[in-house]
Amino acid sequence: MTANLRRRKLFSRFFEILCGLAVVIALIPLAMILFYVIKEGAGALNWDFFTKMPKPVGETGGGMANAIAGTLILIGIAALFAVPIGGICGVHLAEYPSTKFSSVVRFAADVLNGVPSIVVGIFAYGLVVLPVKRFSAIAGGVALGFLMIPIVVRTTEELLRLVPGGLREGALALGATRGRAVFGVIVPAALPGILTGILVALARVAGETAPLLFTALNNRFWSTSLTQPIASLTVQVYTYAQSPYDDWHRQAWAGAFLLVMIILTLSIAARLAVRRLERMNRP
Amino acid sequence: MRRSSDDRKFRLGTGAFAALVLLIVIGIGFELTRQSMLSITKFGLKFWTTSTWDPVSGDFGALPFIWGTLYSAILALLLATPIALGIAIFISELSPRMLRTPLAYLTDLLAAIPSIVYGLWGVFVMVPFVRKLEVATPDALKQLSLFKGPPLGVGMLAAALILAVMVIPFSSSVAREILKNVPSAQREAAYALGATRWEAIKVAIGFGKSGIIGAVMLGFGRALGETIAVTMVIGNSPQVTASLFKPQYTMAAVIANEFTEAADELYLHALIEIGLLLFIITVAVNMISRLLIWSMKRRVVAPIVMPVIEEATA
Repeated sequence: MTANLRRRKLFSRFFEILCGLAVVIALIPLAMILFYVIKEGAGALNWDFFTKMPKPVGETGGGMANAIAGTLILIGIAALFAVPIGGICGVHLAEYPSTKFSSVVRFAADVLNGVPSIVVGIFAYGLVVLPVKRFSAIAGGVALGFLMIPIVVRTTEELLRLVPGGLREGALALGATRGRAVFGVIVPAALPGILTGILVALARVAGETAPLLFTALNNRFWSTSLTQPIASLTVQVYTYAQSPYDDWHRQAWAGAFLLVMIILTLSIAARLAVRRLERMNRP
Repeated sequence: MRRSSDDRKFRLGTGAFAALVLLIVIGIGFELTRQSMLSITKFGLKFWTTSTWDPVSGDFGALPFIWGTLYSAILALLLATPIALGIAIFISELSPRMLRTPLAYLTDLLAAIPSIVYGLWGVFVMVPFVRKLEVATPDALKQLSLFKGPPLGVGMLAAALILAVMVIPFSSSVAREILKNVPSAQREAAYALGATRWEAIKVAIGFGKSGIIGAVMLGFGRALGETIAVTMVIGNSPQVTASLFKPQYTMAAVIANEFTEAADELYLHALIEIGLLLFIITVAVNMISRLLIWSMKRRVVAPIVMPVIEEATA
């Protein structure tokens, strides 16, 4: 082996090790965040957290019942309009994948996915809050819905494309129209995957804080009214984290723990659903 | 005959929903412009070049926020890019096959953690650590303008660190996908010419260069618009300074903090104008990034499926 080759091999080895190191470096913060969220959060999570209202300043205890309900209402509103729009848009992209229109829409969905959530919050503020001059659950739900649409679009499209082509051909051969073939055969085949995809999208927007700050605002009290400001887990965690009270910090960690757990569970479920679809594709 | 008209209806019907997505993007730009007219007409270009931010006398200049946003995003990019590329290379080229999926899953998980959780962890765990680091900085270094300022913990350094962690998964998952789609003939040719492993990887990177630049820019776009985690650790003090230790402010953070306090219309319009600029910058960055990734896609036979992971299942 010439000295030159030895040098090049050493050089190669060095960079390979650096790449491995990069993985380790990225996993350190992940491990630390999960560690702290579990350590600080799991202990603070108790029955009261789910069932009690926030206590006034100075009193310890209480929970986030109103914020949990608020988050559920907000993502419910979001899903109500984001799922049909995003889902049908995804169907269109999967059915007509290479038309010019589809390329433009796909591009727009990707761009929308990259628009900062706070900007989408301003948009929802202009659409819903300004005309009636009141912060409301609807405004927050609309903001989250806009954020959800591109995720639903792309997940639906990707999953529909995983459906074996034979299914479509079979349906068409039996004389089904395009609509029947899609909604009667292809979408049902991908449905478990699409539904988990939607759940992941929901978990994703449930973790959003910025667009809620000036749409849904916050609410110290129990409220399920759609036209009133409403509490949410994330905004509550944000408020508590910035407070000087230890008990509020404890509850903020509990909220963070809950959010992370929901997201972890759903993303694992989504993995399994995609794997199942991929297995269908194999002969 | 009936069938083809049914098919047309299906195409138009679903197409209408698809058009809505396009409409939303245009709508955001339109609405933000409309809601910031007062500020646009009153201050013009001065808005972007001056540093006064005085809601009481109604005088607004957004320079410190633009500075803070660009500075923090660029710092984050400098920290994140080598790591993200290292991860992408390791997972797609070096890692044992068995480890690939779990490692990809774990690094993508970083993208799934909500911003508020990053912020919480940042405030209570990372900021105290950064403070220790700042206190321990030798005095000789503190003479440099880069390290001037009180050791508060919160500030530009903390923001850049947390942003770097947050954008790594976005850049690395796209870069990974790009590398996976580089035709193996490229690497085989390099090996055949006697290249070492790293030299062959360099060939693959060269082939996917435009896509990898796109991946990095995608991360940059994320860093520019990140709000809550940054708001919680950057210190929220508008100043144009190169110091890593001094608290600063970003465009997204000022909107998050002051939007509900904006009592008069001009104040509100000024904040929305900042949002408009943020929108324009991030859309431009995202467009260039996607075009670069797509141009890469056209050069390979196998289609690059933009990872669903990055958008949804992370």
